[in-house]
Amino acid sequence: MAKSVLKRALLLVVTLLLITVLAFIAFQIIPGDPTDSILGLEANEAQITSLRAQLGLDLPPWQRYWSWLSAFVTGDFGHSYSYSMPVTELLASRVGVTFTLATMAFVLIVVISIPLGILSARYEGGIVDRAATTLTQLSMSIPNFILGIGLYYVFSLLLRWFRPEYVPPSQGLGAHLWYMIVPALAAALPKSAMATKLLRGSILGEMGQDYIRTAYSKGNSKSSALWHHVLRNAMIPVVTFLAMALADIAAASIVVERVFGLPGLGQMLITSINNRDYPVVQAIVVLVAVIVVSCNFLADLLYRAMDPRIEGR
Amino acid sequence: MKKRNWYLTVGGFLTLTMVAYILVGVFWTPYNPSAINGADRYAPPSFLHPFGCDHLGRDIFSRTLEGASSTLTIAVAVLAVGFIFGLIIGALCGYYGGSADALIMRLCDTVTAFPSILLALVVIAIIGRGKYNIIAALGVLFIPSFSRLVRGEFLKQRDRDYVKSAKLMGVSNLRIIFIHILPNTWPVLLSGLTIGFNNAVLSEASMSYLGIGVSPSEPSLGYMLSDAQSVLFNAPWYTAFPALVVILLILGVGLIGEGIRSQMGVAS
Amino acid sequence: MMLDIQNLSVTFFTRQQPLHVVSDLSLQIKAGEVVGIVGESGSGKSMTAHALMGLIHRATARVEGKALFGDVDLLSLSRRELREYQGKELSIIFQEPMTSLNPTMRIGKQVEEALRLHTGLGRRERRNKALAAMALAGLPHPEELYPVYPHQLSGGMRQRVMIASALVLRPRLLIADEPTTALDVTIQAQILDTLKEINRREGTAILFISHDLAVIRALCSRVVVMREGKIVEAGEADQVFYHPKEEYTKLLISSRPTRNKGKEDSAIG
Repeated sequence: MAKSVLKRALLLVVTLLLITVLAFIAFQIIPGDPTDSILGLEANEAQITSLRAQLGLDLPPWQRYWSWLSAFVTGDFGHSYSYSMPVTELLASRVGVTFTLATMAFVLIVVISIPLGILSARYEGGIVDRAATTLTQLSMSIPNFILGIGLYYVFSLLLRWFRPEYVPPSQGLGAHLWYMIVPALAAALPKSAMATKLLRGSILGEMGQDYIRTAYSKGNSKSSALWHHVLRNAMIPVVTFLAMALADIAAASIVVERVFGLPGLGQMLITSINNRDYPVVQAIVVLVAVIVVSCNFLADLLYRAMDPRIEGR
Repeated sequence: MKKRNWYLTVGGFLTLTMVAYILVGVFWTPYNPSAINGADRYAPPSFLHPFGCDHLGRDIFSRTLEGASSTLTIAVAVLAVGFIFGLIIGALCGYYGGSADALIMRLCDTVTAFPSILLALVVIAIIGRGKYNIIAALGVLFIPSFSRLVRGEFLKQRDRDYVKSAKLMGVSNLRIIFIHILPNTWPVLLSGLTIGFNNAVLSEASMSYLGIGVSPSEPSLGYMLSDAQSVLFNAPWYTAFPALVVILLILGVGLIGEGIRSQMGVAS
Repeated sequence: MMLDIQNLSVTFFTRQQPLHVVSDLSLQIKAGEVVGIVGESGSGKSMTAHALMGLIHRATARVEGKALFGDVDLLSLSRRELREYQGKELSIIFQEPMTSLNPTMRIGKQVEEALRLHTGLGRRERRNKALAAMALAGLPHPEELYPVYPHQLSGGMRQRVMIASALVLRPRLLIADEPTTALDVTIQAQILDTLKEINRREGTAILFISHDLAVIRALCSRVVVMREGKIVEAGEADQVFYHPKEEYTKLLISSRPTRNKGKEDSAIG
């Protein structure tokens, strides 16, 4: 067990390094010189040369990669072109909202999909099951941003349960979190639908296995067989799915932040792409990549922990 | 029995309707989609303007026709790029296996772990906006997931008896791959294509909504939705109809995919 | 009479026409007796066992007749009432030891499950009884096997785990549905010995189902031959084997592959 985990961890590090290399190369091949976006087009040769030296652009690529990477690892993500402040500071002021959004969305996915999946499998073909199947199909067909706009229209504009403008934490944490419910729902619903469907199918699949027949023969009721036998086996693929879903929540956050005007990393990313503020784009992309790869690693570990059969591999 | 027909019937009907709707838009729109008419600013849906008008008095129905055909074109082109390359890579990897296969699949796994829209945004950040850049970005990003799918199917088929006997009869490898194995993988590939189509539509619409999609002069459902949001309360139809077009496009194809899967009895 | 099956019929509802997998089967088992059912696959022998254990989904098939266990008719009980008997008064072991155990539950927990369901015993007592049942089923070092997962065991060992979990409450009747079919011949013999020993020491009646006449003969005092859901012949084991009355029985006996004979005889010992 320990050995295979170590191997996975090593692979994680290699993957992360590969990603930083790719991210570095990607932002090297961008047409145009970063000095243009900082100094504007009217700058003279001398200014450009001195800035190039200052930014380290005159060094060979691998040296630049190395200094970029070593700075990155220590939390120094470089300097923003358009905001003239360190990227780290810029991101630090934005990360909170995105983190809250992602966490709430993840909690919602778990809270919605697990009971719903269990219920629709337990009472297969019943009302809950049929309603869930229909809603699942429907919500998988609605892009996050349209869902967000729809929820915003219904709950904030028509019903007025939520304020129409973003409520920052400075106006009270409770009010902030309350406001964040709708954005989190918009990010969470499609994934909840998929997780529900997956769990339902997984439970029904396990229910037909031989060991469930054994469980019945010992005097288990259907519910008891479900709780004591099926659930742990059925959850294995779902847990993996949930861990992987974190990456998709990150993607959904970008769009949802735009819909609700949340000042998070997603909005920052879009603004920076439009401004060609590459250090910021690069930093956000690499950070998200680190999170995604780590989630996959976590998913793998969880999978191993839950299924004793793959211990040895 | 009843259920699978239902999926395919409703999905097929929806998709055919959408395709007919888009095809009509290619040849005829009730109004010039970019004709500005101050008198009709935010006109609600009526007999003359079934979907209403936008902030410049343009006919929303005509604009959704144009936007949907652009979205459809992009989605189909993205699928074509992703699928053709994915088919070749996946078929060769699955059929031959070996260390090249292991390496390529490792790479595919890493890429598919990332949400495609995020990577597409990065690519667009580097190569710039525009219809063809979107197609290139999304198309390339779709290759790994198609490769994986095709490879999995080929791996399953590779050791079947019909392949073995073809080999014994001296049929060339390429012929086995494309003439013997490929037709047997269609149901799974078709279901994969429906999922890919929906991801393409979703990504294009989202990216255009974020302003990082097609260039602003091109018609786009995403841009319309972005414009519409500021007047959501006063002109909800401006949001509702483009949104409906996107949803129906995805729902129809999604149901077909679901129908194919339930017919084959496999999970997604 | 411990179990008195009267006119048991099992009919599956299918699209075309009802499928009679067991028709009008009557069979008695005395306490402590070992009775065998032999027949080809599809003869309805497994369905008989499943019907007795209440494992046939009531929506997919109709079960008729009576199965008097003492003075209770098992077939007329509600699902809830039947659960009181399942795993406590009568137990079953299946053909597939590979898949009949829960892959993510420790062996010990599976063995003591019937105790959890049917008794109010505490953790420690359950564990002790589980260990005793595991020893009875011939599992070496029960203490060490208790926390192990099924995939770490061989097929024969898994079948012993099944036996242990079926016997943990010392039921009066054990139904063994082709318990050795999936196993190697040597392992098969050892399992049969164990079942014999359990029958002798605990007085557990066994309804042993197999397609293999040699296995049945090694274990059973009485035999029922089934074909297409009906009883063809029934009687004392020796009489059925050496003086079969029915053509079908003769056919079954003569069609036994002879090359296995020596092996099986020595294994049965």
